[in-house]
Amino acid sequence: MLDKREALAQMFSAKGAKVNTNRGDEYYNSLKLIMEKRLGELEKTQIAAKTSIVDVMEYEGLTRRDFMKWASAACAALMLPPTFTPLVVRAAELMNRVPVIWIELQDCAGNSEAILRSDSPTIDELILETISLEFNETLMVAAGHQAEEHLDEAMKTFKGKYLCVVEGAIPRGMNGLYGTMGAKAETYIEHLTRVAKDSAAIVAVGTCATFGGVPAASPNPTDAVGVQDIIKDKPIINIPACPANPANITGTILHFVLTGTIPELDHLNRPKFAFGYRIHDNCERRAHFDAGEFVEEWGDEGAKNNFCLYKMGCKGPMTFNNCSIVKYNSGTNWPIGAGHGCIGCSEPQFWDKFATERPMSDSHIKAPTGGVEKTVDEFGMALITAAGIGIGIHAAISIAAGKKDENSQN
Amino acid sequence: MSKHIIIDPITRIEGHLRIEAVIDDNNVITDAFASSTMFRGIETILKGRDPRDAGMLAMRICGVCTGTHYQRSIEAVEHAFGIDIPKNARIVRNLIQGALYLHDHVVHFYHLHALDWVDITSALKADPKLAAAEALKWTNTPFGAGEGELRAIQERVGKFVKQGRLGIFSNAYWGNKNYKLSAEQNLIAVAHYLQALDMQRDMSKMMAIFGGKMPHPQSLVVGGVTCIQDIKNPARIAAFKSILTKATHFIKNAYLVDVLMAGTVYAGEALDGTGAGLKSYMSYGDFRLNDNGFYDSALLFPKGVVLNGDLTKLHPLDQAKITEDVTHAWYEGKNDKGLHPFVGETNPKYTGLEKKADGYSYLKTNEKYSWIKSPLYDDTRVEVGPLARIVVGLAAGDKRITEHATSFLTKLGNTLGLGKPAPASVVFSTVGRTAARAIETELMAEVMFEWLDELATNVAKGDLSTWTEFDFDKVSKDARGYGMAEAPRGGLGHWVVIKDGKIENYQAVVPSTWNAAPRDYKGRLGAYESALVGTKVANPEQPLEILRTVHSFDPCIACAVHIVDTKGKELSSFKVNTSCAI
Repeated sequence: MLDKREALAQMFSAKGAKVNTNRGDEYYNSLKLIMEKRLGELEKTQIAAKTSIVDVMEYEGLTRRDFMKWASAACAALMLPPTFTPLVVRAAELMNRVPVIWIELQDCAGNSEAILRSDSPTIDELILETISLEFNETLMVAAGHQAEEHLDEAMKTFKGKYLCVVEGAIPRGMNGLYGTMGAKAETYIEHLTRVAKDSAAIVAVGTCATFGGVPAASPNPTDAVGVQDIIKDKPIINIPACPANPANITGTILHFVLTGTIPELDHLNRPKFAFGYRIHDNCERRAHFDAGEFVEEWGDEGAKNNFCLYKMGCKGPMTFNNCSIVKYNSGTNWPIGAGHGCIGCSEPQFWDKFATERPMSDSHIKAPTGGVEKTVDEFGMALITAAGIGIGIHAAISIAAGKKDENSQN
Repeated sequence: MSKHIIIDPITRIEGHLRIEAVIDDNNVITDAFASSTMFRGIETILKGRDPRDAGMLAMRICGVCTGTHYQRSIEAVEHAFGIDIPKNARIVRNLIQGALYLHDHVVHFYHLHALDWVDITSALKADPKLAAAEALKWTNTPFGAGEGELRAIQERVGKFVKQGRLGIFSNAYWGNKNYKLSAEQNLIAVAHYLQALDMQRDMSKMMAIFGGKMPHPQSLVVGGVTCIQDIKNPARIAAFKSILTKATHFIKNAYLVDVLMAGTVYAGEALDGTGAGLKSYMSYGDFRLNDNGFYDSALLFPKGVVLNGDLTKLHPLDQAKITEDVTHAWYEGKNDKGLHPFVGETNPKYTGLEKKADGYSYLKTNEKYSWIKSPLYDDTRVEVGPLARIVVGLAAGDKRITEHATSFLTKLGNTLGLGKPAPASVVFSTVGRTAARAIETELMAEVMFEWLDELATNVAKGDLSTWTEFDFDKVSKDARGYGMAEAPRGGLGHWVVIKDGKIENYQAVVPSTWNAAPRDYKGRLGAYESALVGTKVANPEQPLEILRTVHSFDPCIACAVHIVDTKGKELSSFKVNTSCAI
């Protein structure tokens, strides 16, 4: 039993994935130099897109002050000290120098739809309008031959400069023939490899492109994988979640403009500025967890009082993403706000590990490798199990220590 | 000599679609083939899972009809378990789905379809003053189409074009002589294209209020909904209403008016029935208006089947008559009308494309050529979607649908100078399909106000119930059920078989299975294929007219593609065809 307590202690004190927001002057000074050099280079390049942010702001009737407000918020979101604000401003004005080619593979278009709703702060959407979106199947006017021709032209014109955004998984089964594209029926493996080749970096958006997502859920009928399992010789930034939060996509693009490099990543290649947060740590219902107040079944008194959803299967304690801070659709809401537990959608194999409405300890789940379903106790000492049980114990302790116990609630 | 053309990728859709067409010397399409080129296997992935978790995964079938698959899957399980949901849950589900209809139809018309009718480059030649006057010809209260607004948009677009990089607007069909709107009309539509980008962002918040987020909401569970906080908070309902009010203004004074304007200019195509296709329509029915149980409640959209354009006769819908034929789909099976979804089988048999001397790969159209099966209703091919809902509503004599449809036809009759309403038969066309979607959007916005009031009233009465309790172990031993209703794109059904608490079989028959399907065992064409045949194109090098008709269906291809049974089976049954493009 001691092991479980230890697992619990480790989980809540782990530094590994947390973000260090004070890295010391030396670090920030050298980062500043990199950014200044990068922005200087960008300023000299040929304009790649339609209008500059200044024109768009003017058109939208926004003032310089609105823009500065946004820039300082963006600075904070990227975990940079306020002294970086002027650089963020310059970068935003240069966004039209970075061409984006967005390809869709084994996808549901959910990430393309999400980026359409990009919203908060308001100027983000304008920035998306002002990047040079060279190719995106969902929005592209031309089809067939004309679309392919334009893709080829853009890849040639912006050789080595463009960001390749990938949405959807890549099927490897049946020699890749589960997905073909174009008049020559190129497989997705070939298509991705070709478009990735001359890109500056790859941004994999959504959990399908990052970790295989839905198509890769057990038994993975098409042997689907994420981009990082196909492309080995390019910088890859993973922005998982189902769909990826548009704020994190824009944040990443902004960082690329700023530095010409990819942002600091965690062990799963996710930008730390977005995925350095554990849902549980910033959850609006966290106080109820600590007080041992839980929703016990849908629609009960606990649900009416916003209690913790852990017992209804919330995987916030196992999930790293900034949903609890940024939320969705201009901060309108997020799953836990709407009374449903987190399903861990920014974590690898979450469909097989996390996406249930029951807590880890009594869920019947399939191991990521497939095979027979077991309860989590039967998996042995895998980290996830330890964490799940650890939380289970913590929940029990909270109940015991809390002011209310289960009996007195009835 | 006739030409055989390939269009792959078809852009501005959800999913991956290829169209091949044969065009004769007179530039008329004589034959057409629709093929889905991507496969994931979601139904296989669902097998063996807990039925209570199926909805969230099934939702990922599609990110555009987002939330619809979620609800259908949950309803299939509720139907299997024999549980009904509380009033609050019914209304909230209606509101979430209604919000999707508004959002989805607006995005479809402006961002996925309008540029088949609207020439952006022509808008640059317009006189903003005349354009503002033009806007007033179609409605007394145009949305965002004052002279100043139009001038600003024209300048913005002009600047963008001058820069030289057209991005996603590159290499399109600008200047094609089948673009028929005047420069001023084009400018109005371009303005609305840009304004709709803003509007859809706001509209998505409606779903997020009760759903947590959009796309892929997360507040539905077997037995009800979880968003009790948002239901009992009057400020949330008020926020919803305020966005709905704004959305209604846009729908009435931009969307519906633009469709009327385009419908008038392109009336020739509607009157001669271009793109009509099958002319047989089916609606599963949807949006429960009371709490009389799943398939016994009054419905906003009636269910039924209309055959051969005969609006005088409504055939009742019987789900037992649905089968899926695989003769031309990449699955094993007999060459007959196929199996009902409860016993549906889907073992893939990919036979590839044929690489020809010109370097391109062509569909083997005499054999199997798509990942989509060919569903049949009572051994008949039918179309589904907004047009089918309107047609079935008219045949059923539904009061609300008839009023909205008649109002549009009356306006069209006026703008065409007919001196009477346009004939109902104009809806049997590509233009009609697009108009039906707009008519339905207006209707939906109107009824959503009623649902919001119904919800607020019910909560005010003290009813905070959001979930129906059930004994999972007892009801999940041996159960089967289906969730059959409508998505924005048409009839969408999930069939589930549950054994000992686990999903034993799962099949989804969705809008684009019906519409984008290949030929059937009798060689009868699918809805897209049939709608394309007979269309005259202005320039065979530019597939503008083909895009117009295909887009009028609002394709969602990822949804339509089915399953493989197990990895082992799939690999053993597949033989690599040496002539395909690998």
